[in-house]
Amino acid sequence: MTDHSHTPRTTPRSSATFDDYTLSEIRRAAATGIYDIRGGGAKRRVPHFDDLLFLGASMSRYPLEGYREKCSTEVVLGTRFARKPIELKIPITIAGMSFGSLSANAKEALGRGASAMGTSTTTGDGGMTNEERGHSTQLVYQYLPSRYGMNPDDLKRADAIEVVVGQGAKPGGGGMLLGQKITERVASMRTLPVGIDQRSACRHPDWTGPDDLEIKIEELREITDWEKPIYVKVGAARPYYDTALAVKSGADVVVVDGMQGGTAATQEIFIEHVGIPTLAAVRQAVKALQDLGMHRKVQLVVSGGIRNGADVAKALALGADAVAIGTAALVALGDNDPHYAAEYEALGTRPGAYDDWHEGRDPAGITTQDPELMKRLDPVAAGRRLANYLAVLTLECQTIARACGKSHVHNLEPEDLVALTIEAAAMANVPLAGTDWIPGRNGGF
Amino acid sequence: MNLSLKPAAAEGETLVDLATTPLRELNGALHKLAADTNQTLWKIANPAGRHAIAAGLDVPVTVEIDGPVGYYCAGMNKQARVIVHGNAGVGVGENMMSGFIHVKGDASQAAGATAHGGLLIIDGNASARCGISMKGIDIVVKGSVGHMSAFMAQAGTLTVLGDAGEALGDSLYEAKLFVRGSVASLGADCIEKEMREEHRALLAAKLEAAGLLGEVDMSEFRRYGSARTLYHFHVDNVSSY
Repeated sequence: MTDHSHTPRTTPRSSATFDDYTLSEIRRAAATGIYDIRGGGAKRRVPHFDDLLFLGASMSRYPLEGYREKCSTEVVLGTRFARKPIELKIPITIAGMSFGSLSANAKEALGRGASAMGTSTTTGDGGMTNEERGHSTQLVYQYLPSRYGMNPDDLKRADAIEVVVGQGAKPGGGGMLLGQKITERVASMRTLPVGIDQRSACRHPDWTGPDDLEIKIEELREITDWEKPIYVKVGAARPYYDTALAVKSGADVVVVDGMQGGTAATQEIFIEHVGIPTLAAVRQAVKALQDLGMHRKVQLVVSGGIRNGADVAKALALGADAVAIGTAALVALGDNDPHYAAEYEALGTRPGAYDDWHEGRDPAGITTQDPELMKRLDPVAAGRRLANYLAVLTLECQTIARACGKSHVHNLEPEDLVALTIEAAAMANVPLAGTDWIPGRNGGF
Repeated sequence: MNLSLKPAAAEGETLVDLATTPLRELNGALHKLAADTNQTLWKIANPAGRHAIAAGLDVPVTVEIDGPVGYYCAGMNKQARVIVHGNAGVGVGENMMSGFIHVKGDASQAAGATAHGGLLIIDGNASARCGISMKGIDIVVKGSVGHMSAFMAQAGTLTVLGDAGEALGDSLYEAKLFVRGSVASLGADCIEKEMREEHRALLAAKLEAAGLLGEVDMSEFRRYGSARTLYHFHVDNVSSY
């Protein structure tokens, strides 16, 4: 008999193709017969703003003094047609997140934090609540395919209207919110039976294309006496053409949401495999505006994975007028906080990875309608955290802008950027770092 | 008021000729009306298929439109009575909250889409997706409706004196559908249901509101509603989607 006790063993190795997550998903699918539904945005790494760097000023550029010279941040949205454009003190807004998906306390906290910093919040699929209107000095009312909770009174008390055509997490897709979150109040606002799974429509029921949208926008303007800016939000898929058609349809503001943008609940496979990264979308959207002679006349808001002031500054440098944050705002409120580590573990996950927001069991009390969990979120304290976070994003963006010699964050430009990777250089249409090479510059866009 | 209006033909009556008065001027004037206005009857001439005529009303006045209207006539109406002496384009009465709209001709697609309340009567036919995503409105169509009518309809009633096209009531929630004529096909999760006494009473109330009670034989109507099998996602139902 051969003695194998001293034979070296090969270290077990997982397959790169069939990694641990993939194997667990196959087992889960086999056990349940249904695809995984979750919230949040794309989790895998895709080309992102981290792949860009600012050049800053040295000899050939002249920087501004960091703590002495002014760098302005205000932005006006809706200057094309609206009689009452939105005037924000910072170029960072809060993206649409619905009451129903979020608790009333969370919506209140978003309003408190955004208002403290002079920026706007946005409703969502569940319509407008008094808590939200009461705490948001500037509130954008989403006009969604489902039209849950849509009513003309709320339309008139909004400060702007956002026609949602698509979301970055799921361009072309509707949503599926499990019945646990369809409480009596949520059901009442959405005219649905209590406790059913809510299926959100993927397309608007009464228009079928940009020509119709133009007439729909005209109706919204007529109803609101041409006062309020009309935003059109698209999920990043074909941003050049979608932006151009939104402009053609009469949008005052175009919102382009990249694939890292969040969602309340949809198929994991959809979140990860449909749409394009935010970085890839920005320059195409800007080019559409430039080609139409509408850059800075129709404002561009970019969203999807914005995390810090560098992301903000890069989006602005590439030509956006403002950014919107969703997931980051929830984290600022307190979502996925390690404080609740034991409870996340009991749910089979951990802080930082929790994404089953649709199940209504959020330990942080943010993405839930459970009255006991909701109490955990103090809207005043959470609003303060959001305000702090927005202040940091703004300071960081200003710091970078000053280093590039800009007295307004909107003066940042593509010339201030280089790319670390060929992919990012091609997507952002900026040179690869250390070279003057922009992929495709002489070979098409 | 700076409307280019003709002199009032009678007390409380306002005449607006859209051939000479901009639509913005008309809608702006209607929006400024006080709840107790004595301008309670508005007669609109030469609509010529313009879009968004009388959209966003929120006062108990009557607006009579003498001719065909374009998209979204009386969209999001509250309280007002709007009568269209002609055909209506896409989305007549979309998202209506309350009040009354009467189209004396045919209506295009998505009539009464997403509407939460009020009564919409269409004397002629309504095209595809009539009552799509309706949320509480009562719609009475004296003619027929096109395909995918009441798709994802959540609440309210759709009463059709004529026929219904394919996929009636697809993915229906709690809206109630009454059809007197034939139904080309039923959509996912929509089934024919027993017409019990409470449903006959409901149908009678809608016909009465439309001035049709006694003029049609109620026994000819059949009721359709949600089978509720898709209210909770289950893999065994996947072929229904």
